[in-house]
Amino acid sequence: MEAREQEFLDYVQGGGLVETDDWMPDEYRKRLIKFIEMHGNSELMGVLPERDWILRAPTLQRKLALTAKIQDEVGHCQLIYRVVEDLGKPRERCLDDLISGKSKFHNVFHYPTKSWGDVGVIAWLVDAAAIISQKALLKCSYAPYARVMKKVCWEESFHILHGRDTVLAMVTGTAEQRELVQEAINRWWEPLMHFHGTAIPAEEDPMVIWRIKSQGNEEARQQFLEGYVPQILELGLEIPDPKLRRNDECVWEYTEPDWDKLLAVVTGHGPASQERLEFRRLSRAETDWVSKVVLAEAA
Amino acid sequence: MIWEVFRQERKGQPFTHGGSFHAPDQAFADAYAREFYARRGESVALWVVPREAINAIEEFPDEFDLKYRRVDGYSIKARLKEARDRAGTTAD
Repeated sequence: MEAREQEFLDYVQGGGLVETDDWMPDEYRKRLIKFIEMHGNSELMGVLPERDWILRAPTLQRKLALTAKIQDEVGHCQLIYRVVEDLGKPRERCLDDLISGKSKFHNVFHYPTKSWGDVGVIAWLVDAAAIISQKALLKCSYAPYARVMKKVCWEESFHILHGRDTVLAMVTGTAEQRELVQEAINRWWEPLMHFHGTAIPAEEDPMVIWRIKSQGNEEARQQFLEGYVPQILELGLEIPDPKLRRNDECVWEYTEPDWDKLLAVVTGHGPASQERLEFRRLSRAETDWVSKVVLAEAA
Repeated sequence: MIWEVFRQERKGQPFTHGGSFHAPDQAFADAYAREFYARRGESVALWVVPREAINAIEEFPDEFDLKYRRVDGYSIKARLKEARDRAGTTAD
């Protein structure tokens, strides 16, 4: 490592913050772009499973709340892609790489939503898992990203409220409604356990070393389990993992997720991966004329 | 075209940078700014500015050593000691 790079590393490790125009090592820039771009992709792809339920929402209020959540998520995508653009990769190229399968998006958005129960569980638990990662990004050494995260976290907290309220309405409803929630938890538990990634030690994680991330994967998963397992169980719902328990050292033990499956899912082999990408391709092609007209009129 | 948004959370507070977005013209920029930065009542006022109108200044050279303008430009310790010595008021 050359001296300038070492100096930069010492600076970020010591809590230093980096702005867009500051000098930064290529590796730092590349890692930022890859990570932040995937975050942006995930916000954009994350609305598709929920979009399927706008027309099927059970009440007008739920329909409006779901639409508002989707608006938030697309807004997050645009904010996050702006950060990537200022680092040197234009938004159009992010979209190209997303659609061609060259870049990735989060595992949880590769699965279908089978019932309204899934919509509640996604907004409650998937967003809860996401907010844990995103809150840790508030301390990211790259300041423009950390600033964007403030707004993102604030809006995500509404989604968790919306999701929990949806779940509460269903578990206090008919036996059939309660069953829909239980089935959704059974379906989403594995993806949720995959969500924070393999338990790579924080001191070996380059993302932690550059202080792009401030918490290790396992630390995030433990925080999720600690916060949400009691909330699930108190509703009389079951978690489909017989090994799940909090041991004497207050550490959550669980069945080791199938990590090969996670890799397969995020590389485009999930149950809904190709369908979702195809939808994104189609909608980009279909709306192309709109951006052309708007840009031509402004010119 | 990229626009920067500055938002004021409450009356009397300073405007702070909110973020940026693409918009083809001022009308779109105003509409997007309202959607992105004020739809939950989180702002009482917005400034929407084309990025190219902002001139960032990040270098502050001090060739003439104008430190008398700063608090660290006054080193009174030695002089104060001498003054106290002369006046015979130095604490033991």
